[in-house]
Amino acid sequence: MTAQAQGRRVAPLMWRVARLVERRIETPTAQTLVLDVPGWPGQLPGQHVDLRLTAEDGYQAARSYSLAGPADGERIEVTVQRVPDGEVSPYLTDTYAEGDPLEVRGPVGGWFVWRTDDTAPVLLVGGGSGVVPLMAMIRARRAAGSRTPFRLVYSVRTPDDVIYADELRRRARDDQGLDVAYVYTRSAPEGWRGEPHRIGLADVNSHGWPPDLEPLCYVCGPTGFVETVADLLVGLGHPTRRVRTERFGPTG
Amino acid sequence: MGIVSPGFQGRPRSSAPDLPPGQYLTEDFPVLSAGPTPRVSLDTWEFVLTGETGAEYRWSWDELMGLPQDTPTVDLHCVTRWSKLGTTWQGVSLDTLLDGVDTGARYALAHSYGGYTTNLPLDDLRGGRAWVVHTYDGGPLPAEHGGPARLLVPHLYLWKSAKWVHGIRLLADDRPGFWETAGYHDYGDPWREQRYQGD
Repeated sequence: MTAQAQGRRVAPLMWRVARLVERRIETPTAQTLVLDVPGWPGQLPGQHVDLRLTAEDGYQAARSYSLAGPADGERIEVTVQRVPDGEVSPYLTDTYAEGDPLEVRGPVGGWFVWRTDDTAPVLLVGGGSGVVPLMAMIRARRAAGSRTPFRLVYSVRTPDDVIYADELRRRARDDQGLDVAYVYTRSAPEGWRGEPHRIGLADVNSHGWPPDLEPLCYVCGPTGFVETVADLLVGLGHPTRRVRTERFGPTG
Repeated sequence: MGIVSPGFQGRPRSSAPDLPPGQYLTEDFPVLSAGPTPRVSLDTWEFVLTGETGAEYRWSWDELMGLPQDTPTVDLHCVTRWSKLGTTWQGVSLDTLLDGVDTGARYALAHSYGGYTTNLPLDDLRGGRAWVVHTYDGGPLPAEHGGPARLLVPHLYLWKSAKWVHGIRLLADDRPGFWETAGYHDYGDPWREQRYQGD
């Protein structure tokens, strides 16, 4: 496991003022915020940002959020899962309004990224809102006109919890070489074959790539989910250096 | 002070304990790592100190257990912004492991089973501030938290406390590790909020 050799950043990452330009409701508990960030330097798919909120009395709270899309000028998108007793996410989903400022720092992270010139097949495995950085890779693939074979295995509780549902349906139909499979843990849609279950060997094996194709695997979700999937991939014969993970703790 | 986001209040101030800037308290023990969790057998486990001239000092699992043991209670600060207070550990102080190692090195690069690396000044491994720990909260350290043994350097952000630690290389010059190469800070002091290069 070695990070890509790259220029070392020595200038401090600066906080930039961002303003909300658009809000999209993704699920009953998840929203995408489109922010305008003057001076934004661009990002690689899979990177994240720090968002910082400041109260009237100067109190500050910051959290990390994955970027949901590839670079798009000075616009960035984050998808926020509302954590009921959280300090930051309920503000972002319930109170934060169009035109309001917050501060953004980034992009951050040079490991859990996909580069559009990489031609190895890609397996994306997401649990819940862990799909967000994976969606950034799917969108970047489309934007770059890449033919790299992609497979997404997306584990959700119920059909209502699928983030980017319409777009994923459309892309699975239109983006050549992109397959999307779902695993439902609590309730499945009508007509879905099989019972709701937690992701297991059969899901990863039948919807993933065999190790001899030397795919790059990206796994993102809650800790238990990522531990399970990463162990399954290693058990199936994928070298550990080809399995990149990002775990979500409770971040509120 | 940053720019105010209208309507943002945040948690009640009085309930907040003294945390480094930008951190929040958690009772859980979240996991952050970049790849699959390595599984290391105690039969083959070893800890290797390599001096800047190439001299090696090795300890097997049994040999590590035979060394004087410390039981530090420390606060943890992760760069992903959670802090966890009053965690209890057992392990061997780096002072003990470095005792008798003749070195003029100023830097150290910890390396792990699975390939992870992280750099820190050698001085930060001395003075009762760093351990190789094998027990957390009274039980064997779980693999996802770095077991069988991890480095514990709690006065720096937690990524410096290399999980699944395999050894430490002593170096004359600083050499960035895994996250440091990817843009994170070479030192990582949570009280000075040194998250990223240049902070």
